[in-house]
This record gives sequence, structure tokens and C-alpha cells, in this order.
Amino acid sequence: MISVEGLSKYYGERAAIRELTFQIASGEIVGFLGLNGAGKSTTLRILSCVLMPTEGSVTIDGLNLAEAPHEIRKRIGFLPDAPPLYDDMRVCDYLRFAAALRGVEDARMRAAVDHAVSRTGIGDYRNVRIAHLSHGFRQRVGIAQALVHRPKLVILDEPTGGLDPVQIKEMREFIRGLKGEHTVLVSSHMLSEVSQICDRCLIIHQGTLLAQGSEQQLAAELGGATAFQLELATNSDAWIAAIASVPGVTVTERTPLSDGGVTLVCASDGDSRPAVVRALVAAGADLLRLDRSAARLESVFVALTTGKREERS
Amino acid sequence: MKRIFLLTRRELAASFRTWSGYIIVALMLAVDALLFNAYALAGPSKLSSEVLADFFGVTSGITLLGSVFLSMRAIAEERQSGTLTLLLSSPIRDREIILGKFAAGWLVLGIFLVATLPMTALVALYGRVSVGHIAAGYLGLALVAAMGFALGVLGSALSANQVVAAVASGMMVLALTTCWLLGRVSAPPLTELTTALAWWGHFEPFCRGVVGFSNLTYFVFVAAVALFGATRVLEARRWH
Repeated sequence: MISVEGLSKYYGERAAIRELTFQIASGEIVGFLGLNGAGKSTTLRILSCVLMPTEGSVTIDGLNLAEAPHEIRKRIGFLPDAPPLYDDMRVCDYLRFAAALRGVEDARMRAAVDHAVSRTGIGDYRNVRIAHLSHGFRQRVGIAQALVHRPKLVILDEPTGGLDPVQIKEMREFIRGLKGEHTVLVSSHMLSEVSQICDRCLIIHQGTLLAQGSEQQLAAELGGATAFQLELATNSDAWIAAIASVPGVTVTERTPLSDGGVTLVCASDGDSRPAVVRALVAAGADLLRLDRSAARLESVFVALTTGKREERS
Repeated sequence: MKRIFLLTRRELAASFRTWSGYIIVALMLAVDALLFNAYALAGPSKLSSEVLADFFGVTSGITLLGSVFLSMRAIAEERQSGTLTLLLSSPIRDREIILGKFAAGWLVLGIFLVATLPMTALVALYGRVSVGHIAAGYLGLALVAAMGFALGVLGSALSANQVVAAVASGMMVLALTTCWLLGRVSAPPLTELTTALAWWGHFEPFCRGVVGFSNLTYFVFVAAVALFGATRVLEARRWH
């Protein structure tokens, strides 16, 4: 479905992405994973023909992006990181407009809009002005416009951004439901999201593609690296410093909990869990949970990105 | 063509779905009526045709000013709000986007011009003016509106900030206006050049009811160059 060869995009002297090469088969759900500023959005904007590349070639559904961008756009539904919504329009008018732009004929218009509305669950809001919608429903309308012409390829840039946990869960289920009917490319900086939604992921860092494959494949390739999650009873800087003092261990995420505790994601070169437990006991910390398996993709991602940073430095 | 019409319809509806379209047109009409009364009708006794010529002159200035304010949101607002991505990722060509925006803005200015007809009717009712004079004047005003809005679309394509877009298009309009003043104080061959570039020199015959091919061509040419420039700016943004 998508073939990308040596794709680069420069903004002046600065390379946003460098020599990306990857393929995506028809019907796959592929996650595009990277930190903020890694080059995900730039790549997706090129694939959706909003931007043109500086170098490299992109083929989508057998069409070359440089030669037939107009034809490719007919086959793509794109949701950028900020949904492209006209606040002054009603939901159904907006979807009709989006469908007509993508060449849906008048005879099929009603069915196309009805289909997009029912897929995204916005039936009760079809006559509501977009300005009056909540963030979650704005996101749904954004997805509906990407689906309204039933494109072969759906590109979603950070579709769960700003959603609450319930909406995130619904969105994940919705994206999984697109499998089969559409090829889906979804970007995220949330590892758990990509892990749960996608068949395969592409890891991008500082504009270059670090690795690609399923979660299992990537974990197998980087067997030496590990990461683990742990939960402490108190969000104490001293306890976290005790963890960080263990050689080879880095605290990569710190999420305070409502009960005063904290969840941490740590990366390490090898299995440092015994050393971390000893350090916590010595510091008098209350360790509530230590879990390695829940953070498999984290371990791959952290190992790849920190490894790359060390290489560069 | 179908997509240009689609975009024009959306833009036109957007202009009047909120108060902004009504307010701008109402303000333009209020200022135009004020100046019609204070300038075109005032002073020593005039022939009806002179009153009409003054009215067209005043209205051309209001039209240009209005076109700058109406056009500043054309592309800049879409870029600011992110909705331009919807257009850029859809199978609509860049020139169709520009033409759709232009057509909608021109129609809004057309509504303003139609709304000024009672003032012309007043002159016709109490004086003696030919239909040809009125038609020529309105043709000139429609051309001024086309030129002004096209320059505005170009300004709007150049910047993501609406204020900067308005300033940019205002400067372009001002430059074409200043050319007329320069033409009056400069010596040949600069006089020919500045006079040829100045919009007023090409519009003034329309005020008197005279339609000249070269004058007509001037406005079409400036509008076409501005729209072409706006299209190229939009295309260039895809590469940068």
C-alpha cells in the first residue's frame, strides 16, 4: 500500500526527517512511534500530500506522490494533530462539505455521511454547531471527515491527544475496528497506545527510523535492554533519587497518583530490579508494585532512543 | 469547477453565518452613505453626472478598504485554525482553493455594491443620468473590487497572521494608489510608468461613464497576477 524510499524533509538547513525507508502492506494498522519533535507529523503530512518531500520517493497504492498527488489525495483520509474543523458549520454540513471535496457524488452523499456518522458515534450531534462540541466529539468529527469518502488509507496523527481515559479506550477500539476495511497509519508518543492498537510499529527518533516490526520482534532484537514499572506509596524525591542512584538505571516517566503515590517507568541496561529493590529498602521506601512485563515496548523504545542519544553524544 | 463552486458556497455561507460579514458590509455602507452625503452631494451646484462620478469615486475607495478587511482571513485564518490542512489534503488544486476564496469575497463585495444602488437611484430620480453611465460605473467598481480582493488574497496567502495579511495587502493597494500621485509630480518617462500602474487613472474614466478596453484589461491583469501569485505562494508552502 505504501512504499517509502529515502524520504527526507529539510526546513532550511534543519532536517526534520532523514532518509526514511519503510513499507506498509494493505490492511495493516501501523503505529508511528516517537518522542515529540521526532518527525512523525512531518512524515504523515508528506504521506497525506500536504507537504512535499525534499528528497526520496513515496508510492501509495501504486501512484507516485511526486507525479500524482491529486490522485493520491482521493485515496487518503487524514486527521492532523489538530482536527481541521470549521467551527461555524454544523456537523452534517461539514461532513457533506468534506465528502464533496473528496469527490463523493451527490447520489452517494447521504449514505457516505450516514456511514461516517454511525462509525464514529456522533449521530446525536449531527445538527450541532461544531463550535459547541466537546474536545472528544471534535476529535470524532475529525475522524469522521477522514473516513467519509471511504479512503483506502487512513492517516491519524495523535488521535488520542487531549482525550480522557474513557475516550482513549473508545478511540483505541474504534481504530482497531478500522482494520480490514482500511490501511491505518497512526502516530503517537504514547507507547501503550501503539502497543495496544497496532500490528506493527515504526520507531522514529530525531528524524531517522530506528527500528520497525511487531512489539515481539522488537523486544527480541533488543533482548539485553529492559524496563520496568514500579509504584511507590509516596511521591518522594528522595526515594526516586535512590532509584536513580543505581548504576545503569534511568527514571523515564514519573506519574503522580491521586492517593499521593507515584508510578515510575525505569529503563536499565540489564535486569537491575534486585539492585533497585535493595536501594529502595535502604532508603526506607514503601514499594507497592514492581512489574516488568507491562513495560515491554517501553524497554525497546527507551533502549533505542537512549542508545541513539549516547551514540550521538 | 465543481470544487471551486463548493468552496465559494462555503466561504459565502461562512461570511454570513456569523455577524462579521453583516457588520463589515453595514459599516462599508454607512461610511459610503456618509461620504455620498458629505462629498458627492455637497458643494456648489453640480450636474447629476458629476454627482454620480463623485459617488463612484468615493465608493471605489470604500470598496478597496473593505476588500482589504474582508480578504485578510481568506487563507491566513484557515492556516491559523488548521482547516487549511483539510483543503491541502483533499483532491482540490491550489488554484481552485484561491479561485474559490476569491469568488466568495468578490460576491460579498458585490452584495455591498448592490446595496449602494439606492444612492444611485436617488441621483437618477432627482437628476438626469444615463443607464450606460451607471452601468459603466458599477462595472468599474466590480473591477476595483476584483483587484482589491485578489491583492488581499495574495496578502492573506503570504502570512498566517491576519493582521500582517491585512497590512501586506493594504500596502499593495497603497502602492498602486501612490503611483497616481507620483505620476502627477514626476517627469517622463517615470510619469508614463507610474500612471500606467496607478489604479485610479484606469478607474476614473469608468466614473465618467467611459469604458475603455485598456482600463478594463488593467484591472483584470492586476487581479490575475495577484491570484497567480497567491497560488504560487500556496504551492511553495508545500515545499517549505
